[in-house]
Amino acid sequence: MNRSNNSAGFASPTGLASGLGGQGAREVIAIIAVAVMVIGGGEFLLRFFEVPQYILPTPSAIAAVFASAEMSTIGQHYAYTLIELFSGYAVGASIGLVLAAVITQFPFVEKVITPYILLLVTTPMLALVPLLILNFGFGYTPRIIAVALASGPMVMINAATGFRRVDTMKIALARSCGASTLQIFTKIRIPMAMPMVIVGLMIGAIFGMITAVGADMSGGGFGLGSRLTTYSSTLRMPEFFACILILAVTGITIYAFFFWLGKKLAGWES
Amino acid sequence: MKQTTEKALNVRGATKTYGTQPGGIQALKDVDLTVRHGEFISIVGPSGCGKTTLLWSIAGLHKLTSGAIALGDEWITGPHPSIGMMFQEANLLPWRSIRKNIELPFEIRKHRPDAARIDSLLDRVGLGGFGDKMPRELSGGMQQRASIVRALASDPTVLLMDEPFGALDAFTRDEMNKLVEEIWIEARKTVILITHSIAEAVYLADKVYIMSARPGQISRVVEVPFARPRSLDLMESRDFFDLVNLIKHDIQHPPTVKSLASIAKRGTA
Repeated sequence: MNRSNNSAGFASPTGLASGLGGQGAREVIAIIAVAVMVIGGGEFLLRFFEVPQYILPTPSAIAAVFASAEMSTIGQHYAYTLIELFSGYAVGASIGLVLAAVITQFPFVEKVITPYILLLVTTPMLALVPLLILNFGFGYTPRIIAVALASGPMVMINAATGFRRVDTMKIALARSCGASTLQIFTKIRIPMAMPMVIVGLMIGAIFGMITAVGADMSGGGFGLGSRLTTYSSTLRMPEFFACILILAVTGITIYAFFFWLGKKLAGWES
Repeated sequence: MKQTTEKALNVRGATKTYGTQPGGIQALKDVDLTVRHGEFISIVGPSGCGKTTLLWSIAGLHKLTSGAIALGDEWITGPHPSIGMMFQEANLLPWRSIRKNIELPFEIRKHRPDAARIDSLLDRVGLGGFGDKMPRELSGGMQQRASIVRALASDPTVLLMDEPFGALDAFTRDEMNKLVEEIWIEARKTVILITHSIAEAVYLADKVYIMSARPGQISRVVEVPFARPRSLDLMESRDFFDLVNLIKHDIQHPPTVKSLASIAKRGTA
């Protein structure tokens, strides 16, 4: 395997993919050096100009939050948000995948349904959260629904693009060996759709996370999003930025996971 | 190798119309064809003459509008395990290794792949040790060799080749033609080859069938007299050249129904 094969495991929407792919020790060192410079430089500049903590906290103040007693509270609320994310995503992504697989087999149904899916994709589901709260109260339910509504259509529309890729010759090959419709689906259509399915799953997960945090913010009471509101209104900026950092790392973890999955399951498409 | 009983491939009155009857396109009209067991025939003709339709019908991938196809005493109404097919370009699944590609037909039929046979076939086509490679790691010629192995692995009686080497460069193509003839001499499959290259058709076949378009019909059958095994030098000989030109002329000037009768009287070229 050479490096060019490594770096573009699947159709990645950003150049970040190649950044996360296999790279030499020199690149790793450069990345660390830049991080040290940015963090160290930030620390120095904020101290030098005596910027108040409530405007922008120093990196060391943010780091200190992770060792403070407040961390257990933040961790607890992070867990609530993760529960919303995983439950909503599990529901939304499964429905999205199944719908994509089924609907693409019926071009007429697909034509009729696609505009509504597009509508769901383009409407920010966060806007529905107040309505969902009215109907389902302040618990998990409205947030899980919002996450499912945000991630499901994203998964579906990308996966459908994958399932729509028909290669007549490959299907003919399977048929010439006597393949049933189900076998054509499992042995040809699903592997062919896999690169787009994984892209859809990744985008869906990231949209799900955004929506979970946003729903926390308008739902209040619990979840990392609600912490953000609390900390910013009480000017506890180091804690605020610690939450942001946790969310950023979560997002990158989601990305890295699907990048790895894409290389594993759809690495053939470069 | 298991002893196969003599099974001729028979096509009778094969007719295929696309679209509704009056305005439809007649891709095939009353095509009769008999290929003896172990015979190698080529079908050539202008694009759109229905040769691919004919081949895909024999593979059981197209339903005929009327007419029938039989292998020995069995009717061919769908894909048949004794009929193997090679497609345009190698048509390997890019997400499977070479070995997994070759095992696909076994998987679909829920048979255990014959690993020993697959290994010896891979060795035979010069792909020994390449089984675990992915298709994109192989050159076009090597991919096409792998697809030969895939088509032969389940030991079919009939091998259908749908313009398999069209995408290869001239040198690789010659090399593949030589390999196909060698393997055919060893295994004696009944082979139907569709090609745009008349030289390839003549080089490989015992008989060349010429088809004419609209409606798709067989306009002439040319016996190829050259002894086997043939060498690539044959392609430079005067006789070979003349035969290729004769066929080319026939394709460019399809005989009318009247002259068809006179050709039938004259027999083969």
